[in-house]
Amino acid sequence: MSKKIEVKNLVKIFGSKPKLALKRLKDGWSKDKILNTTGQTVGVNNASFSVDDGEFFVIMGLSGSGKSTLIRCLNLLNMPTSGEVIVDGEDIVKFDKKQLREFRQKKVAMVFQNFGLFTHRTLLGNVEYGLEIRNIDKDKRQQIALETLESVGLKGWEYKKPTELSGGMQQRVGLARALANDPDILLMDEPFSALDPLIRRDMQVELLEIQSKLKKTIVFITHDINEAFKLGDRVAVMKDGKIVQQGNPEDILNNPSDEYIEDFVKSIDRTKVIQAKNIMRKPNALVSMKDGVRVAIKEMQANDISSVFVVGEKMKLEGIVTIDDCVEAVKNKQSSLKDLLRHDYYKTSEDEYIEHLLENATKSRYPIVVVNDDNRLLGIIVRTSILSGLLPSNSDTETISF
Amino acid sequence: MNTFPDFFQFDPGIYVEALVRWLTINFQGFFDALTTIIKWVVFNTQDVLTFIPWFLFILLIFLLGWKLKSLKSGLGYAVMITLVGLIGLWDEMIFTLSIVITSVILSIIIGIPIGIYSAYNQRLEGLMKPLLDGMQTMPSFVYLIPAMIFFGLGTVPAVFATIVYSTPPCIRLTSLAIKRVPEEMREAAYAFGSSRWQALIKVELPQAMPTIMAGINQTTMLAMSMVVISSMIGAKGLGENVLIAINRTDIAMGFNSGISIVFLAIIIDRVTQMISQKYEHV
Repeated sequence: MSKKIEVKNLVKIFGSKPKLALKRLKDGWSKDKILNTTGQTVGVNNASFSVDDGEFFVIMGLSGSGKSTLIRCLNLLNMPTSGEVIVDGEDIVKFDKKQLREFRQKKVAMVFQNFGLFTHRTLLGNVEYGLEIRNIDKDKRQQIALETLESVGLKGWEYKKPTELSGGMQQRVGLARALANDPDILLMDEPFSALDPLIRRDMQVELLEIQSKLKKTIVFITHDINEAFKLGDRVAVMKDGKIVQQGNPEDILNNPSDEYIEDFVKSIDRTKVIQAKNIMRKPNALVSMKDGVRVAIKEMQANDISSVFVVGEKMKLEGIVTIDDCVEAVKNKQSSLKDLLRHDYYKTSEDEYIEHLLENATKSRYPIVVVNDDNRLLGIIVRTSILSGLLPSNSDTETISF
Repeated sequence: MNTFPDFFQFDPGIYVEALVRWLTINFQGFFDALTTIIKWVVFNTQDVLTFIPWFLFILLIFLLGWKLKSLKSGLGYAVMITLVGLIGLWDEMIFTLSIVITSVILSIIIGIPIGIYSAYNQRLEGLMKPLLDGMQTMPSFVYLIPAMIFFGLGTVPAVFATIVYSTPPCIRLTSLAIKRVPEEMREAAYAFGSSRWQALIKVELPQAMPTIMAGINQTTMLAMSMVVISSMIGAKGLGENVLIAINRTDIAMGFNSGISIVFLAIIIDRVTQMISQKYEHV
């Protein structure tokens, strides 16, 4: 994948003497010491990261960690004190006024925490704002705005004012306003933080749907680790203006780079982050349809298990047989497995989160089987691996591994 | 011991006086130009107002009150303005109104741009603050003196003094309104690539409008009170009648012109207030 955004050694200092503070920062002074001696606030301290085209990149941190400052450097609402912000190969920091306006009009759009809607305009007026600024003619921009409003589920509300809407609906308008411009990049500054939990979940799902359809490059800010891990292809964790760790959610969860992230990770609901593919393993025993009952019994005895999955050609899952059925079959002189196949096991895809597997794992007598879209067996999940997957750090899981 | 020592006396007034005289001599052209502009606006406004027949004027006031508020208000205002006519002060009322309208128009033209600019520019705002405080708290009579020196007697100095007295709330509230536009809304405007001008016209001013209108309402009311006072330097209108009544200790005449001013003030206040309410959108 090609790099869409590349941020290199970005520093943002607020105050009247940024040069001095920058020098101190390079000399290795701490953020607090700089604030106390020079009165300058270091917002972002030497941040570097890149975002691929079409990637969902989440920046997570507590309030005051500099994440909102950082995202505002990506469309120059905040002018970086030093460093580069390269978008599609061009350093936007070097843009002149006209280039910057064009960049903001066409390439990047922003969604705000408190929506930032224009309360004096109707929803339609809000959504067409970006197009209006670009001098697109009235009929065309209204048509685009109407379509975009419909796509976020606000058909019939076009001529209402934003204040007449609930928070969730207002943020849909915020999203529609950003999408109407058809930007490559969506910057989302804690867009769901002001919403209540149920609505937040709906919006998250909807955003993922939109993302899979439109393939925008998204930079998303949040302070909620569950949200970060649910949405992000990759996550960067910020602290005191620095990026302390970045990687995919699984990496961060299992290899937190320092105590700060460990604390963060502790608070996460792991059932919502860990997927079937993270905890499934290759089955110790498998039998093929061509094998007979006796092979099945042997396999089960060798591995000390009471049931075994049966696969056909190319690992296609056929069913499961139990030791009792097999022994019975031998007594009745049956040798084919076909009649013994049972299908009352639970089947799942590799992207399923454990939260949805928990109940079935406790109910089912058999391990959960993981298959792909073609019904090919990828692995199995036994109850113990779900439990170990839920334990916080990987040092603990190793002691209980089976 | 308890009195302030004589030999420490300082008289700032003479410097101001020197400044005013210096301005009069060196900026005669400027004041002449100003006189022309003010005269042009006042007399045109007056022409328009006197061109409207009295019954049509009453009807207009009624419709304004009715459309903006309610039938009852419309009727109330119509009765008030009719009473002014019955008292016999119609022409004076029209003249006072035209001075008020002129002053307000010029105050807005001066006040709103300064207000907008000082919202963006902290240094200008720092300079404006004490100046505006001074302009508002200085007894209004004091303005009459330099106004008289610059422009002589009559309508023009009255308008000038009225503008000086009534512009501060317009500047102040415009500046406040622009600064109060939520930061995220401003950011949103810029994030979509607005120029400064577009952000001002399409987002900041519409957002600021209710507060700016409240400022204009205040400006209008201050102008109304100043117009009466400025009759002391020869402005015609209702104030002149008050002045004459004072000189003659004529209670009846004092009451008649006083109540006419009250009626006019009420109507102007309500109408501008209702216009500003039309801009409320939050």
